[in-house]
Amino acid sequence: MFELFGISSQALFGQLLIGLINGSFYALLSLGLAVIFGMLNIINFAHGAQYMLGAFAAYFLLQYAGLGYWWAILLAPIVVGITGIIIERLFLQWLYKLDHLYGLLLTFGLALIFEGTFRNFFGSSGLPYSVPPALQGGQNLGFMFLPNYRGWVVVFSLAVCLTTWFVIERTKLGSYLRAATENPALVRAFGINVPRMITLTYGFGVALAALAGVMAAPIYNVSPQMGANLIIVVFAVVVIGGMGSIMGAIVTGFGLGLIEGLTKVFFPEASNTVIFIIMAIVLLIRPAGLFGRSA
Amino acid sequence: MKRMFTLTAVAVVLGCGYAQAQYTDGTIKIGVMNDMSGTYSDLSGQGSVIAARMAVEDFGAAAKGMKVEIVGADHQNKPDVGSNVVRTWIDVDKVDVIVDVPTSSVALAVNEIVRDKNKVFLVSGAAASDLTGPKCTPNTIHWTYDTWALANGTGKAIVKTGGDTWFFLTADYAFGHALERDTAAVVEKNGGKVVGRVRHPFPGTDFSSFLLQAQASKAKIIGLANAGSDTINSIKQASEFGITQSGQNLAALLAFITDVHALGLQTAQGLIMTEAWYWDLNDANREFTKKFAPQFKGVHPTMVHAGVYSAVTHYLKAVEALKSDADGKAVVAKMKEMPTDDKLFGKGEVRADGRKIHPMYLFEVKKPAESKAPWDYYKLRATIPADEAFRPLADGGCPLVKS
Amino acid sequence: MQRVAKAGGDQALRRHSEAIAFLVMASLLVLAPMFAYPVFLMKALCFALCACAFNLLIGYVGLLSFGHALFFGWASYISAHAAKVWGLPPELAILSGAAAAAGLGAIVGALAIRRQGIYFAMITLALAQMMYFFAVQAPFTHGEDGIQAVPRGKLFGLIDLADQTNMYVTVLVIFLGCFLLIYRIINSPFGEVLKAIRENEPRAISLGYRSERYKLVAFVLSATFAGVAGATKALVFQLASLTDVDWPMSGEVILMTLVGGLGTLFGPVAGAFFVVTLENYLTTIGQWVFVVQGVIFVVCVLLFRRGIIGELAQVLRVKL
Repeated sequence: MFELFGISSQALFGQLLIGLINGSFYALLSLGLAVIFGMLNIINFAHGAQYMLGAFAAYFLLQYAGLGYWWAILLAPIVVGITGIIIERLFLQWLYKLDHLYGLLLTFGLALIFEGTFRNFFGSSGLPYSVPPALQGGQNLGFMFLPNYRGWVVVFSLAVCLTTWFVIERTKLGSYLRAATENPALVRAFGINVPRMITLTYGFGVALAALAGVMAAPIYNVSPQMGANLIIVVFAVVVIGGMGSIMGAIVTGFGLGLIEGLTKVFFPEASNTVIFIIMAIVLLIRPAGLFGRSA
Repeated sequence: MKRMFTLTAVAVVLGCGYAQAQYTDGTIKIGVMNDMSGTYSDLSGQGSVIAARMAVEDFGAAAKGMKVEIVGADHQNKPDVGSNVVRTWIDVDKVDVIVDVPTSSVALAVNEIVRDKNKVFLVSGAAASDLTGPKCTPNTIHWTYDTWALANGTGKAIVKTGGDTWFFLTADYAFGHALERDTAAVVEKNGGKVVGRVRHPFPGTDFSSFLLQAQASKAKIIGLANAGSDTINSIKQASEFGITQSGQNLAALLAFITDVHALGLQTAQGLIMTEAWYWDLNDANREFTKKFAPQFKGVHPTMVHAGVYSAVTHYLKAVEALKSDADGKAVVAKMKEMPTDDKLFGKGEVRADGRKIHPMYLFEVKKPAESKAPWDYYKLRATIPADEAFRPLADGGCPLVKS
Repeated sequence: MQRVAKAGGDQALRRHSEAIAFLVMASLLVLAPMFAYPVFLMKALCFALCACAFNLLIGYVGLLSFGHALFFGWASYISAHAAKVWGLPPELAILSGAAAAAGLGAIVGALAIRRQGIYFAMITLALAQMMYFFAVQAPFTHGEDGIQAVPRGKLFGLIDLADQTNMYVTVLVIFLGCFLLIYRIINSPFGEVLKAIRENEPRAISLGYRSERYKLVAFVLSATFAGVAGATKALVFQLASLTDVDWPMSGEVILMTLVGGLGTLFGPVAGAFFVVTLENYLTTIGQWVFVVQGVIFVVCVLLFRRGIIGELAQVLRVKL
């Protein structure tokens, strides 16, 4: 046990770990947002609600189908991703020709619909979802006690983030996506079905949000409100990271989680606002974001 | 959006005909306002409306020719929503008495409005002891329990058994602050020490970072100055992080039987709490529970529900005696003048500062093996007699009390 | 001959459509307390003013601010604090609230104007949320409890605002006054430059206008009017709470303007009354009120982009 600036190592590492866990959620969610924004130029305000839908999907799978966490990790993103595809076909496709702000307003309305419906049926306090048996318990690491599930969250999100980045930046499919973002007409001329790619990309972004929701369920309880306040922090993360940058979203997400954790140790009152303060500073120095291309 | 309130009009019109009594609008309208969908919805919620209805029925309002109507609303734990509901209720809907209102920040706001409009406010759900202290009014009676009574019960008992260093995890609003303040005072008065505290947003979801701070403080007791699902989650997450296993004890400063039910006896066993009423204490309570539970999806009545029943009963008695519900101050004065007597709380009284007096009980949660049926959760550790259970009249700082 | 005369008459009507609409609106508002609960009306008026302030930015400058709750809510806090703790009379309390909003507007504007379109919206949202957390922490706001029991006081030391009628007249005068001010701003050389910037910013710059400065001034003005609305609201309800600074409040203001008609003069007012009335009647159906709001958003964006007043203006072929 050592002391750093009067804070014990136990407290420090504990808060850093919690910061890293929060950072995993920031990274996963901002990744989904960045992917969607990169392709569709739409800010998906419904992202927080879709995160919530993922958590509820996991809850329903357990309650009504007896399917546990591991099934939920697979099925919930698919189910919610499909609802995302339906949304894109039904609503979003009409807005591409309009001012981008309408996309923001529409997804904001969708978020209200989802959250309101669930609030009506489930109230606003949380529903319990237990940690899967395989991940219960924890390790005593000496300087702190690490619950197994929280360790898993960090590892798995990192894996998902890096895989997504790899697919988009380093594979052929990813290069088609990136090309379609820059010049859809040209890419279409090459015979690639751009509208279908856009639909699938939106579905994928939504599925990422739902995956984050499933992972959040055992920690944060399943509640209709869970996405609402998180989404604003994620917006700030995306602004800091740079709107179209995948790696930017991942790095900033984890990084900001860590900074938040540190702030909780040394200056707890500011822990909620530190991300926004950093956003303000980044905007002053580098308006395009840390990793962003100047838009 | 969040500004709006849910008016679930549960209008129960009992009886008909107009007595010679002068009731405003010919009706005695009771408004039950609480949290119907959030953190406190099980310990109060629709159950309080049911309790109020049962009180009106048992009082026999219909037979006495009194027309009584009950309406319910959800304040969503927000002072602005609660204020709007109460204002509209009084100005437009001619509601005469507001009942329940858990969430002290809402109760404090309603307290002011009811005084300005000269109606009656019977608080069963909220806890802030300021309601009978600096913020007391001639229109408000604080029923059931308050932060001082809880601190005096739980706090003192724990310090006396060796838990003398405390770290507080506090809900960051009026109730949490009051509970922390009153408990800290009791702890220090009995020789203990408060080594630290942290405030969490209300309502909270993830308490891990706060619990880690509590763990780092090495206090013997982590005092949970919160309620409802906040308490439940704090306890669950403390267990997840190995805090309870490694020697620190949790003190749930305000816990209801609904919380124990949500936690399960496996997690909740050994918890010590102070309550004003328990369904299994005597036959009258059990009989009440038998009628109540089926109406509230099996949930057994909490002390808040019992308080609503008791308060409405006494209110109706006072209004009957006065033959009028128009002047809030007069009704409350009558309620203070008449001793209380109902089947749930027995005999008691309402003090000059608006504090209802009755004994408080110290309970310990049973081990799973000791419980014979669902909701059989408590064993009685001690009874705190009525004259010791609440803050002495002179100490409150209530302007109504002539010193 | 007759046809020309009729056309002439029509033209005159069209030209003065806004003045006529204003007179209609003002008379309706004067008579309204006889039919509706005054507190409900005052609430609608405060929101209408906030929506007009928001509309100034989106309708005439083309900037979508998702953070108007910041100005509305913080002005409400300052005004409540001024009235309760500093004991200022209501007119000074409202002015302090408005001044606070103006100051915040300058800071937020300076940061947000650097970016356009969606980025601008997200930055305003994030900064507003930061100030929300600030409000939770700051001791003078009392966090969850809010600033309660705010005294309405005596206007100019003479008129007791505890009387409902006096309060209503005051709120109405404030609203109509600010409405006329906004009209004046829009229909002024300054307003014309704003519209030019909205239409084609590079061209406006090439004509020598410092667009950044104009946008910032517009932003500060918008913030100030929102501040007046918030400061007044604190006195009407005698309460300033976290709900006013929370981001759903910003969303509600946008909803009102969208429903009423973006970029029309009377749209925000109609929208505000529509939404407040709707919420009042929907209270019986509980949390569905959020769902209804969401549905209205979706429907308006997809099918009804012009809003109530916009459609009306289109049908009558006048300017509203």
